[in-house]
Amino acid sequence: MPRIYFDNSATTPVLPEVLEAMRPYFDERFGNASSIHRNGQETRAAVEQGRESVAALLGCRPPEVVFTSGGTEADNLAIFGVAGAGDHVITSAVEHHAVLNACRHLEAEGADVTYLPVDGRGLVDLADVRRALRPTTKLITVMTANNETGVLQPVEEIGKIAAESEVYFHTDAVQAAGKAPLDVASISCDLLSISGHKLHAPQGVGALYVRKGTALAPMLYGGRHERSRRAGTENVPGIVALGKAAELARAKLKNDNQGMARMRSRLEAALLALDSAGVNGEGAPRVPQTLSMYFGGIDGESLVIALDLKGLAVSTGAACSSGAIEPSHVLMAMGLSPDRARASVRFSLGRQNTMEEVEVAISLVAETVARLRELAPRKAAVSH
Amino acid sequence: MTDTRTIAVAMSGGVDSSTVAAMLRAEGHSVIGLTMQLWNQRRLAGREGMPEAVQGRCCSLDDVYDARRVAQTIGIPYYVVNHEERFEREVVRPFVEEYLSGRTPIPCSLCNNHLKFDQLLVVARQIGADTLATGHYARVELDEQSGRWLLKRPTDLAKDQTYFLFGLTQEQLSRTIFPLGGMTKPEVRELARKHGLALAEKPDSQEICFVPGGDYKRFLDAYLEEQGDRLPDTSGELVTTDGKVIGEHSGVHNFTVGQRKGLGVATGSPLYVIQIKGATGEVVVGRDEELYSKTLRARRVNLIAVDNLFEPMRVRVKIRHRHEGAPASIEKSGNEAILVTFDEPQRAVTPGQAAVFYDEDVVVGGGWIE
Repeated sequence: MPRIYFDNSATTPVLPEVLEAMRPYFDERFGNASSIHRNGQETRAAVEQGRESVAALLGCRPPEVVFTSGGTEADNLAIFGVAGAGDHVITSAVEHHAVLNACRHLEAEGADVTYLPVDGRGLVDLADVRRALRPTTKLITVMTANNETGVLQPVEEIGKIAAESEVYFHTDAVQAAGKAPLDVASISCDLLSISGHKLHAPQGVGALYVRKGTALAPMLYGGRHERSRRAGTENVPGIVALGKAAELARAKLKNDNQGMARMRSRLEAALLALDSAGVNGEGAPRVPQTLSMYFGGIDGESLVIALDLKGLAVSTGAACSSGAIEPSHVLMAMGLSPDRARASVRFSLGRQNTMEEVEVAISLVAETVARLRELAPRKAAVSH
Repeated sequence: MTDTRTIAVAMSGGVDSSTVAAMLRAEGHSVIGLTMQLWNQRRLAGREGMPEAVQGRCCSLDDVYDARRVAQTIGIPYYVVNHEERFEREVVRPFVEEYLSGRTPIPCSLCNNHLKFDQLLVVARQIGADTLATGHYARVELDEQSGRWLLKRPTDLAKDQTYFLFGLTQEQLSRTIFPLGGMTKPEVRELARKHGLALAEKPDSQEICFVPGGDYKRFLDAYLEEQGDRLPDTSGELVTTDGKVIGEHSGVHNFTVGQRKGLGVATGSPLYVIQIKGATGEVVVGRDEELYSKTLRARRVNLIAVDNLFEPMRVRVKIRHRHEGAPASIEKSGNEAILVTFDEPQRAVTPGQAAVFYDEDVVVGGGWIE
């Protein structure tokens, strides 16, 4: 049986058009984009075309796009680029570790950080954002879409609060790009991160939108690449791929999202029909391709392994360095009990998935959940 | 290939379990590698007396790396499963509490009973494997006559691990295989080389996996401090067997029955710890000959070879892992308890350790020394 891949929030396959677009830049057009000669001019043009495509996806001007090695670097550059010791930063408890751990490091360096709580749906309360503001607040960083639940934060409203207070606003839009319309003007953000491999470009490329006029200190020192905001020879094939992927996302966003929304609805409805099942983030606006569900009494880790062995790739929580699963800080912050957090699994669809796959997945999940429950860990027979 | 099954292998990243996985794969079974993440080695790192970073130990990233490499080499699916919470509850806390009550615990047996052959077996079955294989040196056999699953000593008696496996139930034994039971350690290493496993020469691990450097006293300190507790004051008096107070000590967890060094008192003849009274903090010391006991009581007994002990039985009893085993009679002594009467008095019978009963190479059962 062919494998079914429902873990597109972890990474996505590179689309054939994207692979085709980047391929020449490995060998035929290999020039260094900073070189004077024609080889360099050729790749410089490709890099700038990629920048234009990304700018078009985000609704910004091309010079406001800084290419990075991925989402994590974009998040780190945004945070360390504008905030430092003595500054106050506001973030949320459900951020990706790329933001969360960067903020923890800022704290260790002498900044103050407020971690906003979320409600049971996973949403930040705007009143909390306002209350958290201080005279020393330099940056608000709140994600657009959550990686585990797909829940969309009220970033436009947060952006307004930040603008009124003259505080920088960064949003990690890694899980929103290509899934929800993104427009830096309506979000009124100063900084926004995206990652290539979440939208069908390869791993190892990302971008940070930096609003013109933002005082951003670089993290890497070297040549004057990316207008001195990110030193290092450009990853030309990656940038070309990201540009192509951005183009496709922009052209197909509406269509793809309708398809994914249909598949997600079917999956959600069928799985909700199982005993003691529920949706994490229910009642909140969500990107159309993510579904975080819990199945009472089971261990999400066992479910993920069992499904993998049957050919269905899904995930749970965030994997730690050993590959074992840690309790999800996102679900815990939403007030879920540790048992429910442990019993949760994430399904994330991609544009390459089909309704037939959804149907197969539904029966695989149903039979596997039943088997897991039948063999559920009993309580220790003898306690020491 | 006949009789091929889906088998989960508990992989620690060591030579033994890696070889088991390679053997079973070569035999044509469908093999799934599982490693239990039991303890975060970074958790207590950097606390007073604890090493900064711990390398090459149980649950360390190095071991997971090694296990994963083996799985890739032999071409089997491999997963790390997180059982940290349960490990702490069922193994680490009891370990700490036992020491603070003046006993000398064996965490490996607890881990076998509550994690490896309980939780991991459940996970194995949930993911579609009906059998769990481990790298333990022991044998399991079905006794056709009695219909019971027997736990037996391995061919390589120097590596015998049955002492740590006495708690296995019939259900657990029926779903467990120990493929190394008929092999010697050098043979296992040879087989690892033959299968091209890069870790064939990796040294054996000996110590308690979550206690860096084997210094359990520092571990107790660091663990309790992390929990927001201090080591409770279990200090008390050093008392001779005839009731004379000869000094003081700073806590019962510093002592083990039979210990000679570190008593902090100078006397003419060598003194040994005879008994530790957790409730009063008294540590009783005496001469070597006072260390010998003719009987012991084992509690929370698990019987394997028989389902009940209706009459006294002649066995050999091991009272610690490195004990030869001594001839004794065992008889029931209340609910899940057994009275062991040795033919010859045994030295340093230690509460908290296990007493495991053997009939030749068959494990009759075992329990915890009271």
